Amino acid sequence: MNPKRDHYPEGEALHYSLNRRYRRASIWQTLFFSALVIAILSLAALLYNVIDGAFGYVAFEYKNDPSEFSAKPLDDLSKQELLDILKANLSSGAFTKLENEKPMDTRSKSVLYTLLLERLIQIDTKQTWSMTDSIFRSAKIKAEVAEKYPEAKLEFRSWLTPVFLTTPMSSKAEFAGVRTAILGSLWMVGIAILFALPIGTGAAIYLQEYASKNFLTRIIQTNINNLAGVPSIVYGMLGLAIFVRALEPFTSGSLFGVTDSNGRTILSAGLTMGTLVLPLIIINAQEAIKSVPDSLRQAAFGVGATRWQTVWHHVLPNALPGILTGSILAVSRAIGETAPLIVVGASTFISIDPDGPFSKFTALPIQIYQWTTRAQSEFHSIAAAAIIVLLILLLTLNATAILLRNRVQRKY
Amino acid sequence: MKQENTIMENQLFRPLDLKKKIRPGESVIQALLFIAGFLSIFITLAIVYELGKEAWLFFGNPDVTFAKFFGTTEWSPGIGKYGIWPLVTSTLITSTIAIFVSLPLGLAVALFLSEYASPKARSALKPILEILAGIPTVVYGYFALLFMTPLLQSIFGKQTVEVYNMASAGLVMGIMILPLISSMSEDALSAVPRALREGAYAMGATKFETSIQVVLPAALSGIGAALIIGISRAVGETMIVAIAAGSGPNFTFNPFKAAETMTGHIARISGGDLSYNSIDYTSLFAIALMLFLVTLILNLISQGIINKFRQRYE
Repeated sequence: MNPKRDHYPEGEALHYSLNRRYRRASIWQTLFFSALVIAILSLAALLYNVIDGAFGYVAFEYKNDPSEFSAKPLDDLSKQELLDILKANLSSGAFTKLENEKPMDTRSKSVLYTLLLERLIQIDTKQTWSMTDSIFRSAKIKAEVAEKYPEAKLEFRSWLTPVFLTTPMSSKAEFAGVRTAILGSLWMVGIAILFALPIGTGAAIYLQEYASKNFLTRIIQTNINNLAGVPSIVYGMLGLAIFVRALEPFTSGSLFGVTDSNGRTILSAGLTMGTLVLPLIIINAQEAIKSVPDSLRQAAFGVGATRWQTVWHHVLPNALPGILTGSILAVSRAIGETAPLIVVGASTFISIDPDGPFSKFTALPIQIYQWTTRAQSEFHSIAAAAIIVLLILLLTLNATAILLRNRVQRKY
Repeated sequence: MKQENTIMENQLFRPLDLKKKIRPGESVIQALLFIAGFLSIFITLAIVYELGKEAWLFFGNPDVTFAKFFGTTEWSPGIGKYGIWPLVTSTLITSTIAIFVSLPLGLAVALFLSEYASPKARSALKPILEILAGIPTVVYGYFALLFMTPLLQSIFGKQTVEVYNMASAGLVMGIMILPLISSMSEDALSAVPRALREGAYAMGATKFETSIQVVLPAALSGIGAALIIGISRAVGETMIVAIAAGSGPNFTFNPFKAAETMTGHIARISGGDLSYNSIDYTSLFAIALMLFLVTLILNLISQGIINKFRQRYE
């Protein structure tokens, strides 16, 4: 292998050098493989870290003794009894307010139980432990709790519950949910796709089917590829300057008679996110259109179809699965993006469901960011639970995209 | 039958004016499609214009001088401190750590997948990397703060490693960029013609010697493009550094200390209530403009390399 060498090994020396070369080759092969193992281990560590945080022991104290409200143990109370306790102990104003949000007797028993804990008994979380600690150091934790917080109760808790999915935001980690965040994310992504999918597909059709290969087309193409690489926070700044500030009358809804809002609305966020995923949609749609065989176009032109008739009746229907795959990937990108939302001003504390494009909003990744940066460990636990919700959402979306992609691949 | 024939004949023999457009709507559609295509140019112009306008206001402030901007090391526009260096150095440190993690690992993964793995193993292993690439960055931020930082603290001691530090953000960012670098490098490696490998084997080279001394140099430009895109991604990454690297500009070269990066600073300041036209507001746009220009230049270089490389082999 060394070109300067004037003689090459022979006989025993050749054998020796060959062995050495093979040994070196297999060592490096192991090293290459171990890089892959490191990547897989990182993924495993990440997922484990999230699940580890979402379940585990919690030590908490009741601020008010449950026996003040009921003679029976809390778990044995019927729905009617729970309702009576709430009615008797809540101030009439607070009760009416709850009644107005949703009539009390239509609420489920577990919701009433949570209300009782949240409003009357009030929980004070002392400390939380990760799942691994809770399983392997159970006895030690119990001793520690008995010593440090003699009043406290210890409970193994899953932070990810159906209630977590359906309750709105709360300032207490124990009662916080991701309902408003999920709805906010869905609204935002819906607007983003409504904005970006038609424009993106149109741009892709123009570039693949209409544009001649000239200077302008090359500029547009290069520009799209570059836009795909612009940091997401820069899109956030663009959204702040244009959608939130310059177009405030439109995005705040004051043009349409909505008064109690500024430009930091779902609409601004959706349009910003639409701008962010636009290059992604264009590039994917272009690939999909490119993969439609030319014979289809030639056949259509052959029987006298115009260019648009060819595109509309033959190219688009065949490219549709590919375009859909691309837009699903764009949706999952938009759902996970956080930075632009922070910049265009997602509110962090919203407990009312968003009711239209002009409402203030929060989103799933924003909640995760907020909860992760809090100091108390119970917020880390609900951040982990919210991450699991987010990852399951993304996994479902991506699995759909992959299934669609495989169906397309089978076709040609 | 007879009637149908006459209709056909009538249509056939009607004089056809080829100059007349049969469907005038076609040109309207074409115009709309062109506008959709042109919108991307408009977005770029809007970014440059909006960032430029506010950045112009920032640099137009008589208090902000060139000497202060590049000559001092404290950043706090609200109280008249305009030294950009603390934000730049922390961005460079986190990005450098990320690249030192992701380049060797990504390249090794790419070499393994393209040169060693069987097609079956490749199709089983690639989705794992795709999952890694699809995880939102805010989740990586959680991972950095609540896994990597405690890990570093248990290795180096709690005195050396602060709760918020650049090292854990950089390391996790490296894991985040790994799939990008490995998939781009793998594309470059598998684009190397088979004939080159066969030639090397014929000369008696081992698989490793072929990979490193023949295939790798041939794919070097593509790997360079991957590296540059990786740098651009690391510089622009926000959530990991916003969560794990610290909140407050800090001029330090110690990776175990907290220091805010350019992106992290934008995220933190714009997250609060920010009044338009304040120096804080315009300073964010100045930082964003720098970010945009740096990533734009890196992306253009990378794309230039890829285009040249394609022409060589295809």
